[in-house]
Amino acid sequence: MTAISCKALCRTFQQGEVKITGLDQVTIDIDDGEFVCLSGPSGSGKTTLLNAMGGLDTPDSGQITVNSQRIDHLSKGEMADMRLHKIGFVFQAYNLIPVLTAQENIEFVMQVQGVPATKRHIKSLEVLKEVGLEGAADRLPSQLSGGQQQRVAVARAIVSKPTLILADEPTANLDTKTASQLMDLFVELNRHHKITFVISTHDQRIMTYARRLIKMQDGKIISDEKLSSAIQ
Amino acid sequence: MQTPIKTITILAWRNLWRNYRRTFIMLAAITVGAWAMIFMTALMRGMVDEMIKDGIRSLPGHVQIHHPLYRDDPSITNSLSAPSKQLLTALKQDDVIAWSTRVRVPAVISSERDSRGIILVGIDPVAERSITNTADNISEGRFLTDKLDNGLVIGAALAKRLDTQPGKRVVVMSQDPDNEIADRGFRIVGLYQATIEAMEENTIYAARDTVQKLLKMGDQISEVVILGKDYRDVSTLTENIKSAAANDTEVLPWQELDTYLGTMLKVMDGFVFVWIVVIFLALSFGLANTLIMAVFERVREIGLMQALGMRPSGILYQFMLEAFFLLTIGLGIGNIAAVASIKPLESGIDLSVVAEGMAMMGAGSTLYPALYISDIILANIIVIILGLLTSLVPAWRASRYDPVEAITKT
Repeated sequence: MTAISCKALCRTFQQGEVKITGLDQVTIDIDDGEFVCLSGPSGSGKTTLLNAMGGLDTPDSGQITVNSQRIDHLSKGEMADMRLHKIGFVFQAYNLIPVLTAQENIEFVMQVQGVPATKRHIKSLEVLKEVGLEGAADRLPSQLSGGQQQRVAVARAIVSKPTLILADEPTANLDTKTASQLMDLFVELNRHHKITFVISTHDQRIMTYARRLIKMQDGKIISDEKLSSAIQ
Repeated sequence: MQTPIKTITILAWRNLWRNYRRTFIMLAAITVGAWAMIFMTALMRGMVDEMIKDGIRSLPGHVQIHHPLYRDDPSITNSLSAPSKQLLTALKQDDVIAWSTRVRVPAVISSERDSRGIILVGIDPVAERSITNTADNISEGRFLTDKLDNGLVIGAALAKRLDTQPGKRVVVMSQDPDNEIADRGFRIVGLYQATIEAMEENTIYAARDTVQKLLKMGDQISEVVILGKDYRDVSTLTENIKSAAANDTEVLPWQELDTYLGTMLKVMDGFVFVWIVVIFLALSFGLANTLIMAVFERVREIGLMQALGMRPSGILYQFMLEAFFLLTIGLGIGNIAAVASIKPLESGIDLSVVAEGMAMMGAGSTLYPALYISDIILANIIVIILGLLTSLVPAWRASRYDPVEAITKT
């Protein structure tokens, strides 16, 4: 079944008097449980495509369907609800809420979803254990290392069991060892929870984890290939 | 899906203390503002209260009954019969503290040196002591003792103008019911002082029965004066008296009897409102600035929360709640500080250095701050409502950020 489907997506940005093409007629289908890497140089359109898929940005034209639901016409509020229930985000710069502890950051999405407190606590502790941070529940983001913060961000993204996780350069700020550990975690989550991953990167080592590699350039998909040699 | 209030509350509360220096500065501003609003209002209320109470205690009382034409023509022809049984029953109710009957007519007073037009007031000296403060303000001689007292009490200023003094005789002249001159000699037994000099110059007191005899009016009277419990709330008392008084009488509260005092109270109420709003306007710039800074500092977080599924309304409520916390804490401390600073001053602030100026305004030389719960509530409600309206602009701005732009903001 298709997790996300994009048809003829176009997106342009105005920078002063210059018009920049972010996406140019991008069409792509990603099935449930896939582990996809979007690669390409800076400005190739990876982040723009991820933002459009996640409903953070609205394309100028084209259609986006997430779990059979058209999202390109939704209002801001409906878009927020869709992100809340269906999509998990992992950003390059960790992006945790600084005034909440690690556990509270993980619980944040469930809180907004209205999950009862007891269930939230149990689930957040389970997920913290799963990402290897069981002892860091009460620490604020400022008391965690970069790698730990990114793990908390991953835990937050997976805790409400989304069908899709969009990760924008998740390892860009991590050292090689931590980046490998994070990718191992992604692979494991993909394998065990059948969560679909779409990861944008221009790091060659990260691409070796992908089972499908989509290359972009100037807002267009220039290649889309299935890989059998992915690290699993 | 609406963000649960608990989530918003936690975020708002913790964000408030994130930049604690800025929060403390803003709290200090709100505290000082709230203190100034309440403290200054209490001082102004105290001054106006004294002026009104003094004014009421100088003659009008809280409610009066007259002949319907008496106010236009305060002559002996527009007089009333003594209170009926029904009225006497009403005057015995709990909401009546004291009452008395008076004869009040225009007259002329002559000493051996001068003559002046005055108001002759025939009073029951015993009952009058509970209603007016003239008996307490005798500067020389004595006050009247009973209804049959033959003496006369005049204002100190009038005595000066007539070049007379206690012990001397004066002649008081008025008209009887047949429009004939009625006059008699009185010995001045006392001089009184009033806050308003005009009162001292134009009002003289004699015993009611003596005046009734002089004017040949039997037991007719000019007015019934009634003192209730609270000068601010006389509407019920007025209605009760109205329903018990005869139909051909006019029952009026003090605000209508003395429009100057009534207007002063209304002006004071308006002034308190304007004063609170003006102080708030000064505060609002600081509040708006604090919230705008908070929004600028947290643009990325706002984008992140939106990306994670928080609706724009959740962001809006979060900033509004932050403003609400600031306002309530600041107001709370300000209220406590105001009460704490007013309480020790309740025994009076000595303003004798500016006594002359105060007297010109009709106020005494001691200022008694008057702290009303209604003023505190009004100040708090105005600040919270206007504060939330002020915070609406930065909060709205925060909620309208585009998540992609916000999250990539550096």
